[in-house]
Amino acid sequence: MYKYDQYDQSIVDARVEEFRDQVNRRLSGALSEDQFKPLRLMNGLYLQLHAYMLRVAVPYGTLDGRQMRMLGHIARKYDRGYGHFTTRQNIQYNWIKLEEAPDILADLASVEMHAIQTSGNCIRNISSDQYAGAASDEVTDPRPWAELLRQWSTFHPEFSYLPRKFKIAVIAAAEDRAAMRLHDIGIELVRNEAGTLGGKIFVGGGMGRTPMIAPEIKDFVPAEDLLSYLEACLRVYNRHGRRDNIYKARIKILVHEIGAEDYRRQVEEEFAHVKTLGIDPPAAELERITAFFAPPAFATGLSDELDLSDPDFRLWVQQNVAAHAQPGYAIANISLKPVGGIPGDATADQIDLMGDLAERYSFDELRVTHAQNIVLPHVRKADLYAVWQALDEAGLATPNLDLISDIIACPGLDYCSLANARSIPVAQKIAERFADLDRQRDLGELKLKISGCINACGHHHAGHIGILGVDRKGTENYQLLLGGSGAEDVSLGKITGPGFDEDGIVDAVEKVTDTYKSLRQDGERFVDTYRRVGIEPFKEAIYG
Amino acid sequence: MKILTGNDLPTGDVIWWTGTEWSRHVEDAADVGEEGESIARAEEGARRVNAPYVIEATATPEGPRPAHIKDRVRALGPTVRPDLTLKPADPAAGNWVI
Repeated sequence: MYKYDQYDQSIVDARVEEFRDQVNRRLSGALSEDQFKPLRLMNGLYLQLHAYMLRVAVPYGTLDGRQMRMLGHIARKYDRGYGHFTTRQNIQYNWIKLEEAPDILADLASVEMHAIQTSGNCIRNISSDQYAGAASDEVTDPRPWAELLRQWSTFHPEFSYLPRKFKIAVIAAAEDRAAMRLHDIGIELVRNEAGTLGGKIFVGGGMGRTPMIAPEIKDFVPAEDLLSYLEACLRVYNRHGRRDNIYKARIKILVHEIGAEDYRRQVEEEFAHVKTLGIDPPAAELERITAFFAPPAFATGLSDELDLSDPDFRLWVQQNVAAHAQPGYAIANISLKPVGGIPGDATADQIDLMGDLAERYSFDELRVTHAQNIVLPHVRKADLYAVWQALDEAGLATPNLDLISDIIACPGLDYCSLANARSIPVAQKIAERFADLDRQRDLGELKLKISGCINACGHHHAGHIGILGVDRKGTENYQLLLGGSGAEDVSLGKITGPGFDEDGIVDAVEKVTDTYKSLRQDGERFVDTYRRVGIEPFKEAIYG
Repeated sequence: MKILTGNDLPTGDVIWWTGTEWSRHVEDAADVGEEGESIARAEEGARRVNAPYVIEATATPEGPRPAHIKDRVRALGPTVRPDLTLKPADPAAGNWVI
């Protein structure tokens, strides 16, 4: 894992003291709310429905046990005993006091964490593959590149006031576990025929009110040009992005309006200039960063055998454990989606436990996933049973990864000031309706995603089944979408028709799954069947 | 009726104007008539409230009920965490929101 150098630490420490002064000036009245709001947002502090909310960055979703326990400490000391892991691989706290926010940032800084660039029209926290460094299908570990982008984008003076927020994802595997093409810029690290590392660049994806899949802008940018190329991508956006209309300000609108070809042409022109500026890091710096992500000291000669005689453990292994690149090791997914629970929420004690387990069993590493789960990336297979027992005792062993109850849900109207409808109660009702694990497993991979407003933090456009909560004449109403995917088979869901109330949407989801079961062919996932038969049979089942 | 709400500046707590001071309980909220904006300006200037705004509400025997669900959620707390609402002893209190 990356460790701060003196520059990293000093700028984060300085930011804490700067914000402490800003908070004091706000509390004394020297700053008005209008003056203070952009300052607090630059430090991840929002004002939500019930209190201030603090969003803490987890760079590319990677953290260690000490950092995880600090997140638990913050939940316990400054919040109400829990935190909410988000679809951006971050964590949010819902009950923060303004007067305590600087102390929280100081605590975070003590473990090399912060809340910078988790809000505002800047380059946000870089997201990545939660299996990075552990997956057998990656061409390289994407995290050194994500870290390079973190350093490049942190306080980047030219990109601190972009037309709109800007999200970048970096992956290095054919299987897209990071919804890469639904980011403003998606980078897939690849090797060309000569074996040279580079990036395939996609620009102009996103969800929100105008969902778009990022078109490919460049099939191969050599690694040594990557930063310059991204700088050029951002510069063209910064120059032409719509600052006059917030709804048209994202880069996806620019790329769509001028066309991918013209955007590419402008980027290439800009790149020819930027490349002369020498912003790409020297090889020694790249090597320095990469060294932090060297594979841990895996033991060799380990057995791949597992004792699966405990039926509950067997279920968990079958559903939540993924193959590791290293023989004798496995990737353990911790579901934060217990039936009836709140997707993404974890108590302070659970957070502490996950940190402890990482330290003891996973080379002190954890990952936060965009699906609001946690990963222990490097667990010896021989230790899986002990890990499972500890998780099970803490209510963290729900064996439902990628099943219908592994629901992504935004905080919705229960917490969020932008929301139009509640998301969590719908997620809970659906999970309870499909609580029977055999039924879930029979349905197979089924990604259900719920947003409480058009901003789509719950990724409803990318759900095999998506649900969008809207305000219909003062009451909550839920639209149903089918056929989306955030994976390598990326697609956007289509709205089935008129919306439903809270109970009606649960019934509609059940009709959809029943229809799938009646139509599926051998080996077809829900989304495969949907793509083969189209939306009509599902609409017929839902609306008659 | 019209009532005035906002957030306590140092804590962020949701608060309601009672006519003379701020309360954390919506049932204490007073009808501000057409005075809401001027009260909001004065109170915000004195840093006794942050981001105040006037909302429509219905007078009920239990007290004012905000017209919009968003403000009812603000008044009670998250419906999915009855233990964290202002009425933790009453798990059915969330029905008031809906």
